[in-house]
Amino acid sequence: MTRQMTGAKMVVQALKDQGVEVVFGYPGGAVLPIYDEVFQQNDIRHILVRHEQGAIHAAEGYARSTGKPGVVLVTSGPGATNVVTGIVDALMDSIPIVVLAGQVPTFMIGSDAFQEGDTVGITRPCTKMNWLVKETDKLAETIHQAFHVATSGRPGPVLVDIPKDVQFATGTYCEKPKAKTSHYAPRVKGDPEMITRLVELIETAERPVFYTGGGVINSGPAASQLLRELAEATGFPVTSTLMGLGAYPASGQAWLGMLGMHGTYQANWAMHDCDLMINIGARFDDRITGRINAFSPDSKKAHIDIDPSSINKVIHTDVPIIGDVGHVLEDVLKIWKSRGRKINREGLARWWKQIEEWKAVNCLAYKPSATSIRPQHAIARLEALTKGMDRYITTEVGQHQMWAAQYLGFEDPNRWMTSGGLGTMGYGLPASVGVQIAHPDALVINVAGEASWLMNMQEMGTAMQYRAPVKQFILNNERLGMVRQWQELLHGERYSSSWSEALPDFVKLAEAFGCKGIRCDNEADLDDAIREMLAYDGPVIFDCLVEKHENCFPMIPSGNAHNDMLLGDAETQGVIGASGAVLV
Amino acid sequence: MSALQIKKGSSKHSAYDLRDPNSELIETHTLAVSVDNESGVLARVIGLFSARGYNIDSLTVAEVDHMGHRSRITVVTSGTPQVITQIKAQLERMVIVHEVHDLTVEGPSVQRELALFKVKGRGEARIEALRLAEIFRANVVDSTLESFVFEMTGTPEKVDAFAELMRPLGLVEVARTGVAALARGA
Ligand SMILES: Cc1ncc(C[n+]2csc(CCOP(=O)(O)OP(=O)(O)O)c2C)c(N)n1
Ligand SMILES: [Mg+2]
Repeated sequence: MTRQMTGAKMVVQALKDQGVEVVFGYPGGAVLPIYDEVFQQNDIRHILVRHEQGAIHAAEGYARSTGKPGVVLVTSGPGATNVVTGIVDALMDSIPIVVLAGQVPTFMIGSDAFQEGDTVGITRPCTKMNWLVKETDKLAETIHQAFHVATSGRPGPVLVDIPKDVQFATGTYCEKPKAKTSHYAPRVKGDPEMITRLVELIETAERPVFYTGGGVINSGPAASQLLRELAEATGFPVTSTLMGLGAYPASGQAWLGMLGMHGTYQANWAMHDCDLMINIGARFDDRITGRINAFSPDSKKAHIDIDPSSINKVIHTDVPIIGDVGHVLEDVLKIWKSRGRKINREGLARWWKQIEEWKAVNCLAYKPSATSIRPQHAIARLEALTKGMDRYITTEVGQHQMWAAQYLGFEDPNRWMTSGGLGTMGYGLPASVGVQIAHPDALVINVAGEASWLMNMQEMGTAMQYRAPVKQFILNNERLGMVRQWQELLHGERYSSSWSEALPDFVKLAEAFGCKGIRCDNEADLDDAIREMLAYDGPVIFDCLVEKHENCFPMIPSGNAHNDMLLGDAETQGVIGASGAVLV
Repeated sequence: MSALQIKKGSSKHSAYDLRDPNSELIETHTLAVSVDNESGVLARVIGLFSARGYNIDSLTVAEVDHMGHRSRITVVTSGTPQVITQIKAQLERMVIVHEVHDLTVEGPSVQRELALFKVKGRGEARIEALRLAEIFRANVVDSTLESFVFEMTGTPEKVDAFAELMRPLGLVEVARTGVAALARGA
């Protein structure tokens, strides 16, 4: 039996068949037929954002917190160009996103029609795959393929461009199981020979470390579980990238904290001094490696990644294992157990003794302030007062993001949504809305900087409309703090355009949106203010006035090695050399 | 360096290629890439090369299997061994790419390109051009009293060599197709 229907109806039908429950979008001329279909059904909920960039970041938040693909619906031209930042963001952080964009009718393509844009051309380099659908008969199959590509292998964003005449015309619906998807099938099982080599190294390593990344989260909750089992069973220390926080619990025995540019002293030293580095679903990003030729000079490196192009891209790997983290870890455990669960006990004991010495440096210590609020303290109190709650955290980009990563503890995967690879200011607020839509009863907090937050603050309207009680916890230093920090370190304290001038009154702004505003400017009142935020049944904008010139430490200045770290009160002038200065 | 005794040498699973990654030696490789014959495919492949700063020495593309909806892209590229490996991995993971073959390492292959040369001249130079064309097995496909168009198929090196010889004899224009290549044997 074949089903005939209009293209617009096919879009909705295909989304239903894909199990989509929520679409984030914004209408316009070129998608009106689809909006008409969305209107006439109740299975799929449409969330009307205030700006298309908000739609895609909300979809990212939804996807990261659920493990399901996020879906975005936008119109042609400006609607499509407004999602480009989010598409790149999702590509960098491997987030499954399906963007459906309207396009001018096929017979007008190429004529510079009203709101025409070369959407597939613009998004070709930043999607995993994109399609311009010129025939209604191909539409349903293409949408099914789009979901398959977005969610298979290393996840990522895809886009389907749908001309308006294709939406109006009638064609044959392609049922989901009939859609051709077979040729894109990245392998998930790792090579047993390579896995055995890794196990051999695990058995003898004296100074091992697990270096985990977003791939563990993307692989699904089972992968995090297996990582925990492997870490407990071997007793090897675990560190993680920004993207991987929560895969191994912050309260776990083996936890070293985050690594990298603003990672902990113990994590970075362990990476530098280890003799076996086991990279699980991370990609040797430059925030992690620091200076390449000084990166972990004496270690054998194993790398588990589903994307073959990640392996040997920047760092030479001794044991490459291409496959899905969950599948590979399962096999690693199986083989390691079957060979008698061997580890080098004496070596490991010495290693932990060394690690304890590094931990004793207490690199995240900070002094309380009598006059204002230390941003670190604000996050530490937020952590203390929300511990054990059903909590999801999103962030914007800047110092506050790093402090959130350092001072919040994540016990589970999918609880931490942040823009890592692209570093997109304006990500956090819409992402928090997306997370809250997926988890209506959970506590969702966006740890924000005042400057980033302003970039997509219109999305408070969306939060209000859909009664998403998101808490906007703004560390307001009245500075583009991270930029200012770099200018202090690198540009002789010439603070060029890094002041947040003419800021709005955030409490009044909250009132204008119809939500609650709270301001706090001293450490004595902080706990009560946070409690007030948590108790409020609705969105809150929390204006936390913090120390304006606080720097984020530890810091590995660009171009330096892991063991060349700045701690809190170091002399910061001239720490970045000429060759480091050109790096970002 | 491979203390782990991992096999050296390249294979289709490019990540297992463990040749010295720090080698700065620039190698030239010919890659045969089987892709879906869809609009935008060429832009996708070229976009990958430009976005990641890889070299394209030559690139040809044409449909080779109409029923199967496949095109073959033959790309000659150069880079360090690590870059070549990266290029292959980056190509292999593209959704529209079915297969990537590195003809340079997978065994002997034949490489050919077609070139047209317009040579202008009279008298001695004209006779010399014709004589050299004969040696290179280039055909005359157009002639006037003061010009020839030669057609030649051969390896890129042979085409280069012929162009060099024609230059002082009045070479005014060259058109080349770029390399098409196949592995030898069946
Ligand atoms: C869209 C965008 N533009 C510019 C930047 C560069 N940038 C990185 S951090 C930062 C300052 C952020 O200020 P704020 O949000 O107040 O956070 P703070 O560092 O003060 O905590 C800027 C401008 C960016 N990451 N994203
Ligand atoms: Mg700020």
